[in-house]
Amino acid sequence: MTTTTHTPTQSSSNSPCAGCPAHHSSNLLRLGVDMTDWDYVIALAGNPNTGKSTVFNALTGLRQHTGNWPGKTVTRAEGGYEFGGQRYKVVDLPGTYSLLATSVDEEVARDFILFGQPDVTVIVVDATRLERNLNLALQVLEITDRAVLCLNLMDEARRHKLAVDDRRLARDLGIPVVPTAARQRQGLDALLQAVADVATGRFVCKPHRIRSQSPVIRRALDRLVPRIEAAFPGLPNARWVALRLLDGDERIAAALRNGELGELSQNTIATASLTLDPTPAS
Amino acid sequence: MTASSSALNPPRQSAATASPDDIFAAAQSLRWEVGRDFHQELMEAIYTDAARIADRVVTRPEQKPRFDLDRTIDRLVTSRLWGFPIMIGLFTLVFWITISGANVPSGLLNDLLIGLIHPWLKGLAAAAGLPWWLDGLLIDGIYLATAWVVAVMLPPMAIFFPLFTLLEDFGYLPRLAFNLDALFKRSGAHGKQALSMMMGFGCNAAGVIATRIIDSPRERLIAILTNNFALCNGRWPTQILIASIFIGALVPSYLAGIVSALAVVGIAVLGVLLTFLVSAFLSRTWLRGEVSTFSLELPPYRPPRIWQTIYTSLIDRTIYVLWRAIVFAAPAGAVIWLVANVTVGGAPLAVHIVRLLDPVGVLIGLNGVILLAYVIAIPANEIVIPTVLMLTVLMTGTQGAGAGVMFELESQADTLALLQAGGWTLLTGVNLMLFSLLHNPCSTTIFTIYKETGSRKWAAVSALLPLTIGFIVTFFVAQVWRLAAGV
Repeated sequence: MTTTTHTPTQSSSNSPCAGCPAHHSSNLLRLGVDMTDWDYVIALAGNPNTGKSTVFNALTGLRQHTGNWPGKTVTRAEGGYEFGGQRYKVVDLPGTYSLLATSVDEEVARDFILFGQPDVTVIVVDATRLERNLNLALQVLEITDRAVLCLNLMDEARRHKLAVDDRRLARDLGIPVVPTAARQRQGLDALLQAVADVATGRFVCKPHRIRSQSPVIRRALDRLVPRIEAAFPGLPNARWVALRLLDGDERIAAALRNGELGELSQNTIATASLTLDPTPAS
Repeated sequence: MTASSSALNPPRQSAATASPDDIFAAAQSLRWEVGRDFHQELMEAIYTDAARIADRVVTRPEQKPRFDLDRTIDRLVTSRLWGFPIMIGLFTLVFWITISGANVPSGLLNDLLIGLIHPWLKGLAAAAGLPWWLDGLLIDGIYLATAWVVAVMLPPMAIFFPLFTLLEDFGYLPRLAFNLDALFKRSGAHGKQALSMMMGFGCNAAGVIATRIIDSPRERLIAILTNNFALCNGRWPTQILIASIFIGALVPSYLAGIVSALAVVGIAVLGVLLTFLVSAFLSRTWLRGEVSTFSLELPPYRPPRIWQTIYTSLIDRTIYVLWRAIVFAAPAGAVIWLVANVTVGGAPLAVHIVRLLDPVGVLIGLNGVILLAYVIAIPANEIVIPTVLMLTVLMTGTQGAGAGVMFELESQADTLALLQAGGWTLLTGVNLMLFSLLHNPCSTTIFTIYKETGSRKWAAVSALLPLTIGFIVTFFVAQVWRLAAGV
């Protein structure tokens, strides 16, 4: 693995351009695998073949080989970048079609979003296959409420004469949606900004939660969710935990009973109180 | 039991109202109410929401384009009739370009590294007054082994890997997996094994890790155990070199390139056939069970970014493999020089070992030198050819070169002459190609298999299974060959 580290001539935090919306690219400092003292952790999730690894490489300056077939990234790759004076660690999760954890790659992705508690999960989707890609996006939004949708391969969409209404999509999903063409490096500035907004809490997501359930399931959820919320206050995904328990997911059942979920809910409370602290972490 | 290691005190009163065990019990009883179709219903709910949202935000063009290039290509490369011929044709083309393109740069590198730099280093050592054994170990052992690996391996790799990566980036590999899926299924294996096998054509250790995409442990184990039948980076150069000097020499020179390429493709296809056969055998004996289904998406074709691909495959694969070869070649060079120069009872150690292995080697149409080379090359298949050449020089005592010293081979004709002096025949060449396909994986792969399966038993099986098949196949070929030649 090669590392490309661009040495800055001056720290971007005291650069006069910092914070100016027109200078995002120059604010981007690719850190390669140098991941010391990061302020935020970003997870990259998405279906296989959506350009996830291309986005990862564009952000970190690493040259992880990209391939357009599943199985390319089975383990997770990590890298880092600096933007607007904050250091971000990026974790590239395996590309999967779902997070219901039937195979090792799905479990790796699911466990990281749930237990790793990234500050922002960037969901990379293929704009030309939006419907299928949204299945995964909706599952991610059940687990975390801090996410950005990267609407990638917009160049392909344009080639196929598809129009995607990203504003409407952002409203429906309740998270920022950024159209990109990562191969051509288009839209990355806006993506970096959106990630920073969610990470710092400037943008508060109101994620879409799955609605089309049968009355039976809804009744079961109504009985289970309040109890989970009472036991684990601050857990951002009580509803999802309930769904997993009802589905007989043994990993989640174990996490419930061995205290892992308890730790998650306490971390969330700790993070929340830190966010109230006006001095930024640096 | 919520752990309360945090410095902040979370609200505690809630824990009394619902303990995790209570919640679990409640969930268990509710599972009876929601019924067995819960999972299905949940998936449907997700799909319904996704469809509704996508429907609102995506506007399709009024008219479908009349001619869709992607689908036309797909129909051709995955067709029942043309799928396999196109696959064989494409790979033959790739090897033909590799074989015919690698000769000249290989010769130039040889002239530079071994013809020019080696004597210069020797002169330098003599001037510095190095003792003979240090000079031998460093320059004749370590330097020459490394230089030889670079000269033999760099040109074919620098041509082959970018071509292979271009095919991969274009989107051809998923189509290949699609073509092979039915065969895997009939072998009682998982269709996704086609993908891990494709990775194995690059590196078996990577292929073994790629089997993580297979959900069922039984099918994953089959994929792991048969991954070695996919020729890896380290073995392509051996195949290409031996095919050019033995098989290519059989036909007029204008046909040599294409015939050698077909021979290499033949070995690779044999590996694929064995993957099916061994998978079928395992799934009917020790690893019996249900075959799972999966859906494979055929991604859209993407025009490959040629320069970036060449750059990435040079950095990622060529330099990586070359570096690995060099790292393993340097100590192997030292080992070869040592076994060639430490004498026991009047003859070098290597000569004793080779003579010991010779009867077994000859029985299976190989020789003691090749077997010893495969023992020395357990850490990395890449160094088999250089080791074979060095040991052959030692055994034949050609051209007055010092013991265990590799000397300059101007061309493939010289390599052939040297090997023939070492008693090689066409049978040796063919069987070496077979044995290179069918022997234990390199130690990195075996260790990866041990880590992935967590079982010494399966790691041992993965090493012994191909080795056993290799001995049987080469033995059989040698017997038939000699019978046919004798009559």
